[in-house]
Amino acid sequence: MQTSIINLQHLVKKFGKQTVLKDVNMNVLSGEIVGLIGPSGAGKSTVIKTTLGMEVVDGGSATVFGETMPNRNLLANIGYMAQTDALYDALSGRENLAFYGQMKGLSPSELKREIKHVAQVVDLTKDLDKRVSGYSGGMMRRLSLSIALLGNPRLLILDEPTVGIDPALRRQIWAELGKIHNEGRSILITTHVMDEAELCDRVALLLDGQVMAFNQPDVLKMQYNVDSIEDVFLKAEGVQ
Amino acid sequence: MRSIAIMKRVLKELLRDKRTLALMFVAPVIILLLMSFIFNSNSSTNVDVATVDLPTSLNSNIGSTKHVDVHKYSTKKSAKKALKDEKVDAIIQKKGNNYDLTYANTDSTKTAAVKQVFSASLTKTNVSTMKNQLVTTTTALAKLTGQTAPSASSNVSTPKIHNHYVYGDKDTGFFDKILPVLMGFFVFFFVFLISGMALLKERTSGTLDRLLATPVKRSEIVYGYMLSYGILAIVQTIIIVLTTVWLLGIEVKGNIISVIFINLILSLVALAFGILLSTFAKSEFQMMQFIPIVVIPQVFFSGIIPLDSMAHWVSDISYIIPIKYSGDAVSAIIMQGTGILSLWPDILVLLGILLVLTFLNVVGLKRYRKV
Ligand SMILES: Nc1ncnc2c1ncn2[C@@H]1O[C@H](COP(=O)(O)OP(=O)(O)O)[C@@H](O)[C@H]1O
Ligand SMILES: [Mg+2]
Repeated sequence: MQTSIINLQHLVKKFGKQTVLKDVNMNVLSGEIVGLIGPSGAGKSTVIKTTLGMEVVDGGSATVFGETMPNRNLLANIGYMAQTDALYDALSGRENLAFYGQMKGLSPSELKREIKHVAQVVDLTKDLDKRVSGYSGGMMRRLSLSIALLGNPRLLILDEPTVGIDPALRRQIWAELGKIHNEGRSILITTHVMDEAELCDRVALLLDGQVMAFNQPDVLKMQYNVDSIEDVFLKAEGVQ
Repeated sequence: MRSIAIMKRVLKELLRDKRTLALMFVAPVIILLLMSFIFNSNSSTNVDVATVDLPTSLNSNIGSTKHVDVHKYSTKKSAKKALKDEKVDAIIQKKGNNYDLTYANTDSTKTAAVKQVFSASLTKTNVSTMKNQLVTTTTALAKLTGQTAPSASSNVSTPKIHNHYVYGDKDTGFFDKILPVLMGFFVFFFVFLISGMALLKERTSGTLDRLLATPVKRSEIVYGYMLSYGILAIVQTIIIVLTTVWLLGIEVKGNIISVIFINLILSLVALAFGILLSTFAKSEFQMMQFIPIVVIPQVFFSGIIPLDSMAHWVSDISYIIPIKYSGDAVSAIIMQGTGILSLWPDILVLLGILLVLTFLNVVGLKRYRKV
């Protein structure tokens, strides 16, 4: 049996009176890409933040690498890409990478090698010394992704990495995720773009604070007797 | 180590923000210069002096000084009434061999002018009296050769001068009081606002979340900010001190390093305030709304306005106003040359406030990450 890298059990999360997550159960196995899909406001980012330990659960448990979150030291093994770009735009791309790399605890020699490597991966090598304020939206997105890749983390958690970028770039990013997948690293990715879901090993449908369905895309399509994840989604939404 | 990296990053961002830099380093200089114009133009205003029972020679000596008008009064009572009605700025009265000087002291430059004019005129008068006596003595000496000459100095024993102030005391001065407070105010205001905005921006742009998704400790973030803004405050204080010393010609009696040290602590307090309040603000506009609540009272309770005239419970508020402590300490250093070590009560209070606020900030960041 493969080990669970992320294991979420009976997660409950409330903001004031609003119960955003009612009962979320899902896991990410070693070497797997798991897609978390759901309409905006469904609580995808909230699932991710509780997984990272930035929000505390009101019920249930979140474990990563077998340890209960929140756990600060585990964060060194997780590459996180937030929904917003979260870049310092007065700094250059290289300075952003260097800063986040230092925060992750990379040594100066590792840092140099890693910056070179991740910049190549996202094709930003020649723009690395420009200020981020002069970057295009797509370049910012790629830089943000490259920050998550720093230090070869065993787990990537990406919150809507492809939102607002052009199709060519999206394809490029997915190609990169495919490479990471082949290296046996795990990825949890949220999206509301349904055709991206087809590219995941397993897909979790988040609706009404619960994971309504969690399986391989083909199996889901069979279960719901439709031929796209989008239809699965619509059907699941209609059922409830 | 992460604190150092955060410090470097914050400084880099600030150095590239030319407008903020100008605000921090040029604005205080311009404001101080403007104030110095007001200050200097004051020194050429006329002063009116009431005199009671003064010798004619002294009276005319004072009156012959530029920008000084003498008004003779026969009684102290009528002179006092004139002082109260703001017709005159000071009263000079001779009492026996001594002099009584009473200053309205609402404008310290006028007080200083009267003091200076009076002592100059007194010396002048004494010298001429001495000359006369010398002449008399010599003539007498010529007449009565062989006899001992009477001691000339016994007749002109140095008179005592008593100073009285209607408002405040001898230390009351516009710049005397306002400068240390102003220095603290610049440091506090800019560090408070800019750091608060900076942290707010980290939050709204999502960089704070992302930062907290690394193994960085919450305290490391707070210390990184403290280091960078501490450095900024040191530079700002140096610029302000140099401006006051060179452009305004104000003498700093004590150690400039001590002044910088006090302002450094104050800046850290301001930083801690800024960070703390930025957690309660949703936008930059809301951050601005904290200015009337946090910054303006600092000015009122800092000591520019005398607190003894207020109700007790009002003046007690000043005990929690950081600028009051820095202002007291810095004015002691500048005016009296007090050493840093004897200012420990002020420093201790500031450090205490700093400690509490820093602790609150480290805990407060828990809002954004639970560990
Ligand atoms: N810090 C917070 N405080 C209060 N409500 C929040 C907070 N974060 C998210 N929410 C609420 O939780 C719900 C889910 O948000 P989110 O997880 O961002 O959704 P998604 O990422 O799926 O679009 C939304 O209704 C949002 O308003
Ligand atoms: Mg989201």
